[in-house]
Amino acid sequence: MALLEIRSLSKVYQRDSQAIPVFEDIDLDIDTGEFLVLMGPSGSGKTTLLNLIAGLDEPTTGTITVGGEEVTAMSRRQLAAWRSDHVGFIFQLYNLLPVLTAYQNVELPLLLTHLSKKERREHVMTALEVVGLSDRADHFPRQLSGGQEQRVAIGRAIVSDPTLILADEPTGDLDAKSADEILTLMQRLNREFSKTILLVTHDQRAAERGEAIMHLDKGVLTR
Amino acid sequence: MKIPLIYNIRSVRQRPVSTLTTALGMALVVLVFVAMMALSRGFRAALTGTGSTENVLVVRTGADSELVSGISRETAQILAGMPFVADGPDGRPLVSPEVYVLVSLDRPGVGEALVVARGMNPDVFQVRQNVEIVAGRMINPGTSEIIIGKSIVGRFANTQIGDVLSFGNRDWTVVGHFAAAGSAFESEIWGENEQFMPAFRGEVFQSVTFRMRDPAAFESVRQALADDPRLQVDAHREYDFYANQSYLLTQILNFAAVFIAGIMAIGAVFGAVNTMYAAVGARAPEIAVLLTLGFRPFSVLSSFLFEAVVIAFIGGILGCLFALPLNGIVTSTTNWVSMSEVAFAFRVTPDLLLRGVFFALLMGLIGGFFPARRAARQPVVQAARQV
Repeated sequence: MALLEIRSLSKVYQRDSQAIPVFEDIDLDIDTGEFLVLMGPSGSGKTTLLNLIAGLDEPTTGTITVGGEEVTAMSRRQLAAWRSDHVGFIFQLYNLLPVLTAYQNVELPLLLTHLSKKERREHVMTALEVVGLSDRADHFPRQLSGGQEQRVAIGRAIVSDPTLILADEPTGDLDAKSADEILTLMQRLNREFSKTILLVTHDQRAAERGEAIMHLDKGVLTR
Repeated sequence: MKIPLIYNIRSVRQRPVSTLTTALGMALVVLVFVAMMALSRGFRAALTGTGSTENVLVVRTGADSELVSGISRETAQILAGMPFVADGPDGRPLVSPEVYVLVSLDRPGVGEALVVARGMNPDVFQVRQNVEIVAGRMINPGTSEIIIGKSIVGRFANTQIGDVLSFGNRDWTVVGHFAAAGSAFESEIWGENEQFMPAFRGEVFQSVTFRMRDPAAFESVRQALADDPRLQVDAHREYDFYANQSYLLTQILNFAAVFIAGIMAIGAVFGAVNTMYAAVGARAPEIAVLLTLGFRPFSVLSSFLFEAVVIAFIGGILGCLFALPLNGIVTSTTNWVSMSEVAFAFRVTPDLLLRGVFFALLMGLIGGFFPARRAARQPVVQAARQV
């Protein structure tokens, strides 16, 4: 059984009286430990699909099931709790909170758990170590390079050991060297730590790091 | 576990200008509120400090002020002989019959103002134990000497020791200044009964104050005096008599404090609303991150509400700091019952400061609520798009 199952998923935005379909009747399975890359031109609905999987947006029709739990049937409150337990999100612009240190940014998801301060510290330091920034724990985002900021964001995404990591153009704002480092790190997360990753990108070099590539174009999803 | 408070505190520090502007708006409201309440407190304290709970003040039946009262020497003598009147160390009853008149004096830069001139006997200090000479000396019996309450020394012309004041068609020499624990007595001029009587209202006192043998027995003392057909007097516990004189003005001042500060608060609240809407707007991506990570909308609401409260707290503390120097500043007003000038000091008390801070926090909560609600209700996807 796949970790992520998407069945007959459609998303149609309504603007005034005009219906704007993003995609219709999509099916997708992602197995545990898979590193899947989703490619497609701008506006093809990649980010929308990612948001739907994370329960940040509601589909027009269809179902999404992650680890046997139907995400599309959850209330907003249930979704918040589910996301904190099962989803690690990596954004294109890192989206770190600028007033918190690297340590505090990584710790954020753990504040939603019942871990003690000591346990949280252990988890955060482990995550920072994995992303190679344990010596930057007390740095604020403005004191870090773009690549380092994204690594902190990845630390934040993995610190609570989520079931699924969703990455939306994580290298889109980085130079080639930093992008390469980030992709290597993601590959490592997948291979060493068996993390299931869905990476959205339109960068062919990034796509080559995944185990499989899917294309979303004009509302149609193809392998 | 909620969004860490340090997130909000540091966010507030990130925009010092808008924080300080909003906080200053609230500080001004707190200043006005605390200042007006301190004025009210000071006035009330001056009048409540005037009377003692152990003393009974006797005026003519129906008189609500000493000004409209009249008590004959005979009545004063009967009162002095009553069994419930305490005796002094020398065995004599602790009674103070007093003349009470208003005299018009020159207040430099302001004009004429009415001041209480109180006649008393030289042993008055035994009945009124909160009064003491702080400069010069007590008057000598049989002379045209007067002593001046320290609150009006310098506020009126010719009130220094050695000066001569003219009122009641006579000249009076100032021989001392007295203090009375900040009470309204400090706004009076005291002279000898036997000198004031012929100069003003003839052979009549305006009040008689005596110390009770048993302060707890006031009700029976009051009843005994009311039932005595020779007297035609009303007895009041001295503390209540003066405290009641402050009631109307303190009520008006309290109302004005709440009303004026309330109107100003509306402006300050709008300031907070603006600041917080700007903060919420500018931090939409951060809000999106928090919601994406799984923080509930209620946590986001509490977080931004806390931020508004932090700003309000700064405003409250600033307002209190602005108000503190007012403490002890002496001002004066007319006592609407006695129609005389009463000098008193602003009283900025700890509980007033606490109220000021509480008032500021309330402004913060109200001003922060709608922006915080907007933050919490922000659709995550929409907020994330503003990245």
